[in-house]
Amino acid sequence: MSTFVNDTVEDAIKTPELDQPFEALGLKDDEYARIKEILGRRPTDAELTVYSVMWSEHCSYKSSKVHLRYFGETTTEEMASKILAGIGENAGVVDIGDGNAVTFRVESHNHPSFVEPHQGAATGVGGIVRDIMAMGARPIAVMDQLRFGALDNPDTQRVLPGVVDGISHYGNCLGLPNIGGETVFDDSYAGNPLVNALCVGTLKVEDLKLAFASGTGNKVILFGSRTGLDGIGGVSVLGSASFEEGEERKLPAVQVGDPFAEKVLIECCLELYKAGVVVGIQDLGGGGLACATSELAAAGDGGMRVNLDNVPLRAENMSAAEILASESQERMCAVVTPENVERFLEICAKWDVTCAEIGEVTDEKDRYVVVHNGEVVIDAPPSTIDEGPVYNRPVARPENQDELQLEGEIARPVDVEEIKAAWLKLVASPALASRAFITEQYDRYVRGNTVQAKNANAGVLRIDEETNRGVAISADASGRYTKLEPNTGAQLALAEAYRNVVSTGARPVAVTNCLNFGSPENAGVMWQFKEAVHGLADGSKLLGIPVSGGNVSFYNQTGDEPILPTPVVGVLGVLDNVEQSIGNVLPSEDNDLYLLGETFDEFGGSIWQQVSGAGLNGLPPVVDLLNEQRLADLFVGSDLFAASHDLSEGGLGQTLAELAIHADKGMDVDLSQIHPSLFTSLFAESASRIVVATNRGEELEKRAAELGVPVFKLGCTNDSAVIAVKGADVEFTVSVEELREAWTNTLPEAFGHAVGANAVVA
Amino acid sequence: MSAKIGVITFPGTLDDVDAARAARIAGAEVISLWHADEDLKGVDAVVVPGGFSYGDYLRTGAISALAPVMQSVIEQAGKGMPVLGICNGFQILTEARLLPGALTRNKGLHFHCVDAHLVVENNTTAWTNTLEKGQQILIPAKHGEGRFQADAETIAQLEGEGRVVFRYTDNFNGSVNDIAGITNETGRIVGLMPHPEHAVEKLTGPSIDGLELFLSAVGTIAA
Repeated sequence: MSTFVNDTVEDAIKTPELDQPFEALGLKDDEYARIKEILGRRPTDAELTVYSVMWSEHCSYKSSKVHLRYFGETTTEEMASKILAGIGENAGVVDIGDGNAVTFRVESHNHPSFVEPHQGAATGVGGIVRDIMAMGARPIAVMDQLRFGALDNPDTQRVLPGVVDGISHYGNCLGLPNIGGETVFDDSYAGNPLVNALCVGTLKVEDLKLAFASGTGNKVILFGSRTGLDGIGGVSVLGSASFEEGEERKLPAVQVGDPFAEKVLIECCLELYKAGVVVGIQDLGGGGLACATSELAAAGDGGMRVNLDNVPLRAENMSAAEILASESQERMCAVVTPENVERFLEICAKWDVTCAEIGEVTDEKDRYVVVHNGEVVIDAPPSTIDEGPVYNRPVARPENQDELQLEGEIARPVDVEEIKAAWLKLVASPALASRAFITEQYDRYVRGNTVQAKNANAGVLRIDEETNRGVAISADASGRYTKLEPNTGAQLALAEAYRNVVSTGARPVAVTNCLNFGSPENAGVMWQFKEAVHGLADGSKLLGIPVSGGNVSFYNQTGDEPILPTPVVGVLGVLDNVEQSIGNVLPSEDNDLYLLGETFDEFGGSIWQQVSGAGLNGLPPVVDLLNEQRLADLFVGSDLFAASHDLSEGGLGQTLAELAIHADKGMDVDLSQIHPSLFTSLFAESASRIVVATNRGEELEKRAAELGVPVFKLGCTNDSAVIAVKGADVEFTVSVEELREAWTNTLPEAFGHAVGANAVVA
Repeated sequence: MSAKIGVITFPGTLDDVDAARAARIAGAEVISLWHADEDLKGVDAVVVPGGFSYGDYLRTGAISALAPVMQSVIEQAGKGMPVLGICNGFQILTEARLLPGALTRNKGLHFHCVDAHLVVENNTTAWTNTLEKGQQILIPAKHGEGRFQADAETIAQLEGEGRVVFRYTDNFNGSVNDIAGITNETGRIVGLMPHPEHAVEKLTGPSIDGLELFLSAVGTIAA
């Protein structure tokens, strides 16, 4: 049996010239030099591990920080007043009134999900759920934002079934309803899929927990699963570098999830909070124990001493560096006053959760000491670990951006048969086809508070059975729009998520984001990033809703080719009475249909451009967020609408098709007033539009006029089983069944045969 | 005095809050029962809710069937106490031999979450006596291992004795004879894969048909 030999602080002093593998750990020459300068000696193995993890792009935000500051600069005092915990905490927390608070966050787990789709996606869900728990909240729902290559790409065929199976297995077993999400297919994601997971939690304002260790003599307790050799180097190896050939072989860096352990951990944590025995709390995610303990120490007012001999292990002979860097899942770290330790241990015992006292808070300010085997393996100032380097990376608008923005020709069908064919083709396209194949693998009912999920504009949840208060959440992004014009693209994502939330009748209160981009070492990518951050921050300020948190994922590229810049933007809204939320299923009785918002000839970045083979070029639709706000004024608290459905990708055609399919209703619509071209009326992707069903048309028209919302009567619903469409000089019908068939079959045909495919290493 | 319905929580149980809510809406007093506790606290009936008890790592329901609380449930069920097993609860009841057959992986091998139409085949059990025979109800189904299987003799017996309680109209999981739920010889114990507790409020369910199972139990206890 082999045994480890720790590299101690004493050894480091004795052997100053030792050659250390800092480059393999992702550190640059000057970063390594700076660590030596901070410590006044070379780092030990364990210190090197901790610094490399904490200074990784994933943990330190070293390339994005200078730009992310703009979110703070654009947050007014009024916007900030509703945020109880904001950027920099595990998740943003928003006060929604009545003593209730909501927390939500989106995080990426992109690279692990390519290497091992099932576990990568599963542990992505697990990680975001622990972030929410670390705020003192009960997680109440999850969503996911997925992006893959073309449907028939061999990697997509391998990765999608595994990812969906991973989310399904972990999320269902964990007992959180999956209330929506998005799935996008584009070639740029083939070798670098995006797996973003969102979690929402609720708490009472007074129960908010923050990650800090204070109070000399307080104990540091590690609880949850044992620490093993899995996932070592996850954030530095996988999360902070570009993908190259043969990346599937980085399998050992992927963590393995146990949803049962996580479910028990949730209930255990909530009981600990309720018992009032937790001073500070931190989840263990990327960077493992190194990240959790040094962050707790850095945020506290004293120092911390950790003894690794007390860490419950599941592998023998783990070195200090391995214990510190392990990303074994389902672990949390708490700071507890000495008199509460016994009660803490009792509650863990009730839930059969392993726990151990691994350290204590000391009065040595800014000193983080880690002991293993009786020897000191780390002795460093935690503030220097937590405060990584900050880079001002070169930013340059790509030379070909102008060329990209020149809009090429697209096919513009005029003949009714051609328009009908285009409609069916769009509805059946991977971009717009039914997601039932995916969403039906997720439990949307568990906990009994899901008001809207399947096919909904936004996920809607009841959060209080007494008051019927509820929330609506949507997260959206268009990589295509963002590539063409990053600032506008980010605002369009914000506009869409905002509109989705508004169309349920909810009042938007906060924004979160997950910014997925290529390498920060590419000046063009940094330009996209900076522009997107500015677009999102300026847009949020204009709408008056704060950005409560976010996540950045860089190095999403294959070779030198970055993914489409993908700023996923999440918006959270509040419903004072969730019983009055507006659904998107047409009622069985006939209603009038109206289109709110104007339609322009906008096809840059559209799905029609993609589906008709015209590539990606031109400018994205123009977005005026004030128009979105006018829609909010019309919708929030209104009882005018029997149903509503926002317009986004695929335009009016897609919205009408989905409305008809979901409710199995026919409709007669006259689009001659929408746009002179019937084709444009149906498929343009202009922003700020919603279709509504109502039998109170006069009131709607009056109210819309007061608010300055353009309103057009389309026609009415009926039981004819067809959509009859009238343009300026043409008309045609399409059967709802024909649309349904086209819409339904695409994903099952592409993936029906695949059963939870796992990693395939050639 | 209102009916006391116990709802068991195992580590990994997920739908206990839903089952408790359903029982409460039906007018029962809800008593939480803990897996490690043999004490049934004087309840009149027990719901074994859905979830992934003990992670379902060995075989769905296999470990839970051996839990201390289940030994008391088996004992009381033998004396006629009404027991309802939903989803993982149904799996546990088959593992505990309170109901025959077994639940295996769905045809197609995917976890599947749909609103399922069920035909009521037996309205004489403790949990279905407010429903009509032949009535269709709409309640959510969500499981990866819900394909009901049993040997031919057991199936013949279940069918012959009218012990099939619910059948799917769209048999998405491949269950033998479209069986979604069954009962024991006395009609006091019922197990089904779909989730009546998710269809008890207009706001959150596809219908409120599921409430009938709980109303039926409350009525049975009062009778």
